[in-house]
Amino acid sequence: MRVAVCIKQVPDTEARLRVARDGRWIDEQDLPFVINESDEYALEEGLRIAEATGGEVTVVSLGPDRVKDALVKALALGAARAVHLADPAFAGGDAPATARALAAALRREPFGLVLTGSQSDDAGWGATGSLLAGHLGLPHAWLVMGIEVEAGGASARITREMESGKNEIFRIPLPAVIEVQAGINHPRYASLKGIMAAKRKPLDRVSAADLGLDPATVGAAGSRVELLGVGFPESGRGVQRIEGDAAAAARTLVEKLRQEARVL
Amino acid sequence: MSNATVSSNTVWIVLQQRDGKLARQSREAIAAGQKLAVAIGGKAEAVLLGSGVGDLANELAGSCDLAALRVADHPALAAYTPGAYVGALAPAIRAAAPAWVVFPHSYQTVDYFARLAQEIDAGLLPEVTGFATEDGALVWTRPVLGGKLAARARVRGEGTVLVSVQSGSFPAEGMAAGSAPVEPLALGAIAPDREILGVEEVGGGQVDLTKAAIIVAVGRGVGGEDKLGPVRELAAALGAEIGASRPVIDSGWLERDRQIGSSGQTVAPKLYLALGISGAIQHVVGMKGSSIVVAINKDPEAPIFTLADYGIVGDLHELLPELIAAVREAKG
Repeated sequence: MRVAVCIKQVPDTEARLRVARDGRWIDEQDLPFVINESDEYALEEGLRIAEATGGEVTVVSLGPDRVKDALVKALALGAARAVHLADPAFAGGDAPATARALAAALRREPFGLVLTGSQSDDAGWGATGSLLAGHLGLPHAWLVMGIEVEAGGASARITREMESGKNEIFRIPLPAVIEVQAGINHPRYASLKGIMAAKRKPLDRVSAADLGLDPATVGAAGSRVELLGVGFPESGRGVQRIEGDAAAAARTLVEKLRQEARVL
Repeated sequence: MSNATVSSNTVWIVLQQRDGKLARQSREAIAAGQKLAVAIGGKAEAVLLGSGVGDLANELAGSCDLAALRVADHPALAAYTPGAYVGALAPAIRAAAPAWVVFPHSYQTVDYFARLAQEIDAGLLPEVTGFATEDGALVWTRPVLGGKLAARARVRGEGTVLVSVQSGSFPAEGMAAGSAPVEPLALGAIAPDREILGVEEVGGGQVDLTKAAIIVAVGRGVGGEDKLGPVRELAAALGAEIGASRPVIDSGWLERDRQIGSSGQTVAPKLYLALGISGAIQHVVGMKGSSIVVAINKDPEAPIFTLADYGIVGDLHELLPELIAAVREAKG
């Protein structure tokens, strides 16, 4: 089965973040970028399905030049080919604008299955995969914790997470866009052989014009949601920060929990 | 293309129910929708979809202040599928052309409401936590970067906009009480697009954290399965249960029935110690009802500090032995 996996490169959320000078977004200079967490799981799931069905994975990502690192990593992990939607016109898009561009890239060839992560760790809309499915006229499922391809690739048995510790199980026809939840599998590590092989694998760079897209329909120009600014949220409970070395802080905390909060 | 000219200043609220019971977040969505209607000088109406939801509709009609409660009670809506919900709602929203449609930001909503927006060419803004009027326009806040930062955003253009409200942002207690006339919702073609096979419990549900008075919860910041020894010792000294955020469970460091958050258990102990937990919203919704929250994290910007009563910025591995000693001493 030919599987497409859409991944996003995002700032490492463990990193120290600073608001950019214009206040619109974070300062990306010197910031480490990684493959979005749920997309790593989607890639692993795609590789497993391709291996089990004798197919291959095409990995697709939209973003600036740095995104090439994420695609090369995906090639090292086992993807056969990569497509990089690289064009200044794609920058600053909301999920609908990004889904429109991704759909144009995926329409160029038939896939038996399209995978994405459920949600990006930066903008966090959780909508790009579903919207992509809408553009491609395919069914979708979001927050998926299990995919069993059935009937020679004609359908899939899907396990989807619900609230309160339950999963819902259903069947959908393929092709479909499946939005994978983190935790569905245990992603592999790249081998040295994989890293070497990645250098020889095709990585196509495509622009809006290559995809026949009007620049006004993608990126910031094609987005209805305009980001005005970001800031650090205020403390809701008025946190008391306890200072001092480990021993002093531990003693102070226990004392406060006994005397002030009266919970010990 | 949009044929919906927004002439109205109506706010719609799409409620979520299962087996005739209203999802808790639906009351928060009503509170948000009512507040939004006041802000734009309009009226709020709610929509209830399902099969056999008559009793729930009557209860809501007698308790919520709404201009209308529009009910679609149909056997084909007994089980949720995105195809059925998009099919049912799209023509109704297109015809009524409300300015805003408010959804609870639930796993069900996120599964279908982007496709609903796409179907009717509406604007879309998921996971809002609040709004303000600036220069006559609504500006929304929503979390970004795992809740580390809050973004302000506005929606451009004409026509209906769909928003989902994050759990806990508009408390259900803020819902205006009153009554609502019940009206039928004109339904579109309902086309279920999933063959529902069943529901399964995850992790067996053997550990009930909801009864625990004290919970020691660990996040990815604890560092690894091999680092859990001191955490267990602290929990034993406190007489506490151990819980975890999702990444810990996904990594296999603890069993899935110890997960706290939107896909795990919802807890409200008198004391919640969050160790190495960043405070992503998916975790926070499961523990924010705790009486006293202590956060320990090496990252001073971790969002968990915004909802903690006591916070220590520091290294867990240095702090844990000291905390164990201090608790043991205090307990005599």
